[in-house]
Amino acid sequence: MPLRNQDDMYKRRKRRTAKNNIFRTLFFTATTVGLIVLAMLIYRVLSQGTGSLSWDFIRNFAAPYPDEAGLLAGIVGSLYLMGIVAIFSIVVGVSTAIYLEEYAKKGKLTTFIQMNIQNLAGVPSVVFGLLGLTFFVYVLDFGYSLLTGGLTMSLLVLPIIVVSSQEALRSVPSELKEASAAMGASKWQTIFRVVLPAALPGMITGSILALSRAIGETAPLLVVGAATAIYSLPDSVVDSYTVMPIQIYSWISKPGDEWPLLAAAGIIILLIFLLIMNTIAVLIRNKFQRRY
Amino acid sequence: MGTGITSVLTSTFRLDERGLHMGIQNIQSKEWTVHDQMNAKKQRQKKLRRLEKLIPVFLFLCAIISILTTLGILYTLISSAIGFFGEVSFSEFFLNTEWKPWSGSFGVSPLITGTLLITGIAIIVAIPLGLATAIFLSEYASDRTRRIVKPVIEILAGIPTVVYGFFALTFVTPLIQHVIPDLKIFNALSGGIVVGIMIIPTIASLSEDAMSAVPGNIREGAYAVGATRFEVAMKVVVPAALSGIIASFVLGISRAIGETMIVTIAAGQSPTLTLDPTQSIQTLTSFIVQGTSGDTAYGSTIYYSVYAVGITLFVFTLAMNFLSQYISRRFREEY
Repeated sequence: MPLRNQDDMYKRRKRRTAKNNIFRTLFFTATTVGLIVLAMLIYRVLSQGTGSLSWDFIRNFAAPYPDEAGLLAGIVGSLYLMGIVAIFSIVVGVSTAIYLEEYAKKGKLTTFIQMNIQNLAGVPSVVFGLLGLTFFVYVLDFGYSLLTGGLTMSLLVLPIIVVSSQEALRSVPSELKEASAAMGASKWQTIFRVVLPAALPGMITGSILALSRAIGETAPLLVVGAATAIYSLPDSVVDSYTVMPIQIYSWISKPGDEWPLLAAAGIIILLIFLLIMNTIAVLIRNKFQRRY
Repeated sequence: MGTGITSVLTSTFRLDERGLHMGIQNIQSKEWTVHDQMNAKKQRQKKLRRLEKLIPVFLFLCAIISILTTLGILYTLISSAIGFFGEVSFSEFFLNTEWKPWSGSFGVSPLITGTLLITGIAIIVAIPLGLATAIFLSEYASDRTRRIVKPVIEILAGIPTVVYGFFALTFVTPLIQHVIPDLKIFNALSGGIVVGIMIIPTIASLSEDAMSAVPGNIREGAYAVGATRFEVAMKVVVPAALSGIIASFVLGISRAIGETMIVTIAAGQSPTLTLDPTQSIQTLTSFIVQGTSGDTAYGSTIYYSVYAVGITLFVFTLAMNFLSQYISRRFREEY
């Protein structure tokens, strides 16, 4: 005699598989929501912005009329800003990573630095803006300059570079280091000629991703006083400046039907920059990724 | 060829001959020069090694910059907040329900409710969608699908927030206005929804990582006793990965609290003590932007109030970050 009713069991199993199928559809739908939103966002930006795209848009400065305004100051400002961020944050970030991975003794200080970097990564970007406003604008008296913006942004992306460089350094197998040491190389020789070249692709990828974060950030630069409209290119690092996201923001907040279209055109240019940078990062990762 | 060999032989012979006739002292002096050379090389190396000793010092100084950054943030916020609380009392700041800094009301609660409202809406959007995406990718999708879909979802995390702000204001708000006609142009609802979309990848990606880390044999054990995929996901994988999943929620919440541009653009600049999502509000972050841009004078009460708001924001997000780290460390299941 069966312990359970066969019919009952059959029904239960049917219910369970039905539940499974329903939830699979739900989970699948949820996944597509993210993809659909991404597609809509891109479609929306393209459909609104392509009309305003032209060579004049890239060559012109900001202007009081939408059909004369252009993104030139923003494009150049963003590139300068990225230059400063690259110099400062890559040197400091990679050095920090080398110190933590190769030199630091395990101890309280190292753990503290490590935890501190994790926490910095979670600090809202606008708070970095406040730091920059106090220290770079007022204490060091750099004013509302390109240098202020660059240094503020460098501190903001520093944790990203440190963490990605650490990961790249960690992926270098210890056999390589030991072989180098066995040949009589000193610690620094090993690091500089063996470990760094092996970790370089990972570091470059991480740095490019960090720079692409920097090029899209708006809030901290608003706080440290990037100008919304500027009619000449910055001559030096202590000149005033604007960047693409700030110009886009200023166009979004202007009244009138034509400014949003201009903002969309600006967004297209910004996204093209991001696309190029991310493509380079992915290509480098794929080309040089070596699994030991 | 013959001559070559002869010449080699002679030269060897000559050398031998010379060596023989040079006497012991000469040979010794020759050894000395070799020794000298080695010494010189050692000296050079010593110098290099001494220089090398400086390298870790430089690297350490760079590592210290991150600590200085944290100290700098704390110093900046605390010192200016002290300046603020010298002029405005604690009770005014926390108990007054009006935030009108330009007419002298400094009650932070409307900004806090604004932030919480945005964060709440964002969570309602992001946690179900993010978790469902993670479960789909980790438990249902094929390897190939996952390899394609996950990076595409992560693109959402790389889009600049000003772009999301534009999307919220010019697309999401008009869309919702079809359903809710008396929705304000600047409102918490569309800002919150878009902030939620922004944090979907944070939650989906980190939760998926946590679920993928659950070892396959546990899963297979459940399949072997006849569990469906859904049962395996909900009763085995999600509980096992719970610490990572909750940590991803907390991290997402922390990002929603700190999000600035979307709410500045789409949610408005009018601090209102309300939990009605159709209203225009202001968050902690968007006041910081409003208070620092424009003609706020250095050292004025409004200038200091920005830092008081900043420290409030900082405490919120710091607590969230610590919570996330604590959860993922404390409740991690080791297999």
